[in-house]
Amino acid sequence: MEERVLEWDYEIEGKDFRNAGKVSSKVKEIMKELGFDPDFVRGVAIASYEAEMNVVCHAEKGTLHFAILPETLRIVVQDKGPGIPDIDLAMQEGYSTAPLEIREMGFGAGMGLPNMKKNTDELDISSTVGEGTVVEMLIRTPPSKERSE
Amino acid sequence: MKLAKIIEELALTVETAQGRLDREVKGGYVSDLLSDVMANSREGDVWVTIQGHPNIVAVATLRDLAGIILANGRKPDTETVQRADEEKIPLLCTSLPTFEVVGRLSRLGINSQG
Repeated sequence: MEERVLEWDYEIEGKDFRNAGKVSSKVKEIMKELGFDPDFVRGVAIASYEAEMNVVCHAEKGTLHFAILPETLRIVVQDKGPGIPDIDLAMQEGYSTAPLEIREMGFGAGMGLPNMKKNTDELDISSTVGEGTVVEMLIRTPPSKERSE
Repeated sequence: MKLAKIIEELALTVETAQGRLDREVKGGYVSDLLSDVMANSREGDVWVTIQGHPNIVAVATLRDLAGIILANGRKPDTETVQRADEEKIPLLCTSLPTFEVVGRLSRLGINSQG
């Protein structure tokens, strides 16, 4: 593959549980079509899904930017929302601020950010309370797997 | 084991299966927390849950699960069935309690892949 950057941008609506997960399904589909290893694709799908669901569960709206760089995948999820007052606390497994009705759906288990961390090589979160959050994830593409294009 | 065999043995109600009944079930996973399923289920697992809302289909699709069993008499939302149909995720129901479903799956040789 040439040193070409492929990129896509999607919008995510807050509280739109009907369409939740669709953006991550698109990311997964693109990777599958480009011939990435299925296990690698599933890992990326976890990270993407958790970031997408954070916007759906907590924010007003957001965007997901997905880019395939020569050796890395980059996913940036940016939202307009309440922000995260204490990122270290939010990173703790089991910690969640999700309201009861969202927890009853099986969300808000406090596993979202830890799941993102486990499935990415770099996770960077910046947040301003009352304005929103930016989550940037970098995932190195597996070197051994040649993609068929 | 093929999904069709599991449906027969456990007398599951098929909500939608879109010709995926011959799919090989490699193992099973149980949880009602979606992030837990995202993190810990394995490709080819049959997933036993009591969550019936449409987001279960997204999780099953993203994780390449073999199918979803709604236990304890839970019924899926209409939209869940529609989504499962579109995404070709077999969606099955039973009045058996979750514990019993898992016990029976295990006796059939379906176990955790983890």
